[in-house]
Amino acid sequence: MPVDYRLSNLRALEAESIHIIREVAAEFERPALLFSGGKDSCVMLRLAEKAFWPARIPFAVLHIDTGHNFPEVLEFRDRRVKELGLRLVVGSVQEAIDAGRIRERPGQSRNRLQTQVLLETVEKHGFDALLGGARRDEEKARAKERVFSFRDEFGQWDPKNQRPELWNIYNGRIHPGESIRAFPLSNWTELDVWQYIAEDGLEIPSIYFAHQRNVFYRDGMLLAESDVLPRREGEEVFSATVRYRTVGDISCTGAVLSTASTVEEIIAEVATSRVTERGATRADDRFSEAAMEDRKREGYF
Amino acid sequence: MDLLRFATAGSVDDGKSTLIGRLLYDSKAIFEDQLEAVEQTSRAKGYDYTNLALLTDGLRAEREQGITIDVAYRYFATPKRKFIIADTPGHIQYTRNMVTGASNVDLALILVDARNGIVEQTRRHAFLVSLLRVPHLVLCVNKMDLVGYDQVVFDKIKQEFLGFATKLTIPDLEVIPISALEGDNVVQRSTNMPWYDGPSLLHHLENVHIASDRNLVDVRLPVQYVIRPQSNEFHDYRGYAGQMVGGVLKPGDEIMVLPSGMTSHVSHIETADGPVEEAFPPMSVTVRLTDDIDVSRGDMICRPHNAPRSAQDIDAMVCWMVDEPLRPGQRILVKHTTRWAKAIVKRLHYQLDVNTLHRNMSAEELKLNEIGRVSLRIAQPLFVDEYARNRLTGGFIIVDEATNVTVGAAMVVDAS
Repeated sequence: MPVDYRLSNLRALEAESIHIIREVAAEFERPALLFSGGKDSCVMLRLAEKAFWPARIPFAVLHIDTGHNFPEVLEFRDRRVKELGLRLVVGSVQEAIDAGRIRERPGQSRNRLQTQVLLETVEKHGFDALLGGARRDEEKARAKERVFSFRDEFGQWDPKNQRPELWNIYNGRIHPGESIRAFPLSNWTELDVWQYIAEDGLEIPSIYFAHQRNVFYRDGMLLAESDVLPRREGEEVFSATVRYRTVGDISCTGAVLSTASTVEEIIAEVATSRVTERGATRADDRFSEAAMEDRKREGYF
Repeated sequence: MDLLRFATAGSVDDGKSTLIGRLLYDSKAIFEDQLEAVEQTSRAKGYDYTNLALLTDGLRAEREQGITIDVAYRYFATPKRKFIIADTPGHIQYTRNMVTGASNVDLALILVDARNGIVEQTRRHAFLVSLLRVPHLVLCVNKMDLVGYDQVVFDKIKQEFLGFATKLTIPDLEVIPISALEGDNVVQRSTNMPWYDGPSLLHHLENVHIASDRNLVDVRLPVQYVIRPQSNEFHDYRGYAGQMVGGVLKPGDEIMVLPSGMTSHVSHIETADGPVEEAFPPMSVTVRLTDDIDVSRGDMICRPHNAPRSAQDIDAMVCWMVDEPLRPGQRILVKHTTRWAKAIVKRLHYQLDVNTLHRNMSAEELKLNEIGRVSLRIAQPLFVDEYARNRLTGGFIIVDEATNVTVGAAMVVDAS
């Protein structure tokens, strides 16, 4: 223990996140933790585990499954949930499409369709708070979002009407039907997440590490060859050594050429990267300057 | 590597966005795709240079109206420190945003334009920094390039500010002449101002001593959550989880729990990563006691001979944050540490003019963005310290009972 009573950046962030997670557990009737299998939600799950240790995490884990997930990620999700003895709630985009509740538009990713399935699932299970792994360094709309982000009964975010947040005090009071999205990783950067994964030896899905994969280029992004992603004319598949910087829907998540096969090598790569992770790998945020802002207003994560 | 949180204050015209853009750019926290977007927008708007200020523009509503509506958070790191910037806008709802942005920062950075010197807004910002007890203040005299890097101009501004600052509570003040546009004294010491022998801004941010800013004297642990695994392995386990907000707590220490006043000893302090020898702010820990006493969320763990005030009558400086004004007689909710309580506004002593520090004793209400001294009667005791002694046990929020909106920030001046 250092004599000057200082915490490192990572341990200060960890302490803040645990404080936020405990506030959510204490102030809400039915919270749930959003889990995608991505690195941020792996960190979230670990922080939740730490927050209540040696007791179990006192809330369910919620996954919105687009039906276009990487199989490696689903396998990882199921295993972690079982290890921690948690209840997993899955909201299925495929089911909603099959039942005719939402309609898929040809040529578009299912990313936007997640919002309605998320809202339906939240209503069905009566969740009043969702813990998400979003970070403020990811995107400019997120840079202005509160840690406790108030959503009206339609799940909508109103950026002009946010509750002031002071000291370490969070206001979780809501009326029935309204909800809070809580973001304990708000102050973490991509590099912080990777350094934490390294320091704590966290397990993450294999697709984050360099592997051989059949890919093709579309709009400057490297997409995976997959049944769910029909190729257009002129798009040629080739084999490359790639890894993923973010984990999302196969149809809109791009890979990066990389030989980084350990967390340390990934950290070295991230530290020198000159492109944001969303800019590099997420088609969904590229179609307009305000893509994320618009989706959040509609009730997106 | 440790963490420094700082807030920036100043209007667009003072070059605040340019300065932040430069700090991010020079520390390589800006990525190529972000820079490309800014270059594109700069061209589209007809600028003949890359406007780094656009980097900190956020929402479409703001871009369309050319305004900044809220606190935005930015991140960068050097090999020495990680930095979190709370970037607060200069014009509308200034007080509300600055109070929000500065409530938990280590340092505040105020910009002035060297051509204009200290203006009303500078004094207002400095007062808020002082009111919120931000321990460190940096005054950046910007646009030195536009006054010929003249030492006389800088010294005059510095002296005027020092004179004003004597009326405030500012434990540590640094005044730095810079040019955000040209990069003088931002990251590197400038060769244009050989007469200045202080640090560059980044050097100061990297080295300012913040470890002594926390209160490590008065043990304060608000109980957040009671951990009871009820498993075979941890059958009788009862742990009190929370974030340390004051003092240093060790196993073996005698403690007192408020409101019961019961005493016990710490048997274990632990985290999922193992036992902790000493818990201090801002650690999140779980504490176990040697005796089975009743402790629940909202209680405060402290020391028998060093306890916060258990108070139902509280005088506080209140910053009001919504259109509907605060009036005596009004019923409100407050959240202090992990404790909620109902309260009633007994009296508004005065409204403080943040520009002149004049006390308006005849004020009958506190309007949006106004600050005043208020007496509250709380339905149950809160365990408070003076805000000046501990920001986290001296600060609380005021919430509207009907709308659930956070309507005010309060800082304890006196309690009984």
